[in-house]
Amino acid sequence: MIKVLFFARIRDQVGCAELTVELPDNVANIGDFTDLIKARGAGFDEALSDPNILVAVNQEMAGEQTTVEDGDEIAYFPPVTGG
Amino acid sequence: MPTEPEERLPAAVQIRVEPRDFELGAEYEALRKRSASSGAIVTFTGLVRDFNAQGALNGIILEHYPAMTVKSLHAIAEKARVKWDLEAVTIVHRVGALENHDQIVLVGASARHRDAAFDGARFIMDYLKTEAPFWKKEVTSTGDTEWVDAKASDQRARERW
Repeated sequence: MIKVLFFARIRDQVGCAELTVELPDNVANIGDFTDLIKARGAGFDEALSDPNILVAVNQEMAGEQTTVEDGDEIAYFPPVTGG
Repeated sequence: MPTEPEERLPAAVQIRVEPRDFELGAEYEALRKRSASSGAIVTFTGLVRDFNAQGALNGIILEHYPAMTVKSLHAIAEKARVKWDLEAVTIVHRVGALENHDQIVLVGASARHRDAAFDGARFIMDYLKTEAPFWKKEVTSTGDTEWVDAKASDQRARERW
């Protein structure tokens, strides 16, 4: 299982803070995984199609090619605005 | 030969992320105690502004990604510590609802000489602004809330390093 988290504006767009997803055999990296999540509905598709969004795997910044494994925690969020 | 108890050195990097306010004097003194070989301490404090480009504001709400925030700040502080040979670093970042003029963030850095302390503190702030997973939501004077967009100027500030 994969724990998926959404923060800030992305959470508002997709309408939930957290999902648990079964990892299909054909999903190997973040690019594939994001496509899987986008397919859940219009809100997901719109939010995750924004080229500026960031993704972290197990609390480390990741990219399209980052490998996804069962048990990972994957977080999607907008560019950060702290400080 | 009897073994001496290993001397416990205070952590060079100390990070806190919490809702409560901080007191600059106390943070400075704690940092100074961890800076026995330093000749300079630089501290930076970030505050909540009471305006944005659209007009008056009535505070902010700061959200973060708890499992990642401290990890991310630690990595930033450690990068600065190694790059400028900083003796000690303190980062305190608040989360939750904050009012106008409240303190948001404190960065303190100590080093043998002032240039390293200034540059180290500035590097930490520039990286914190673009990498640490915090998000601000502004509250307008009418009570509406709006997520703050990331600024290109913050990205450029980071790129100079």
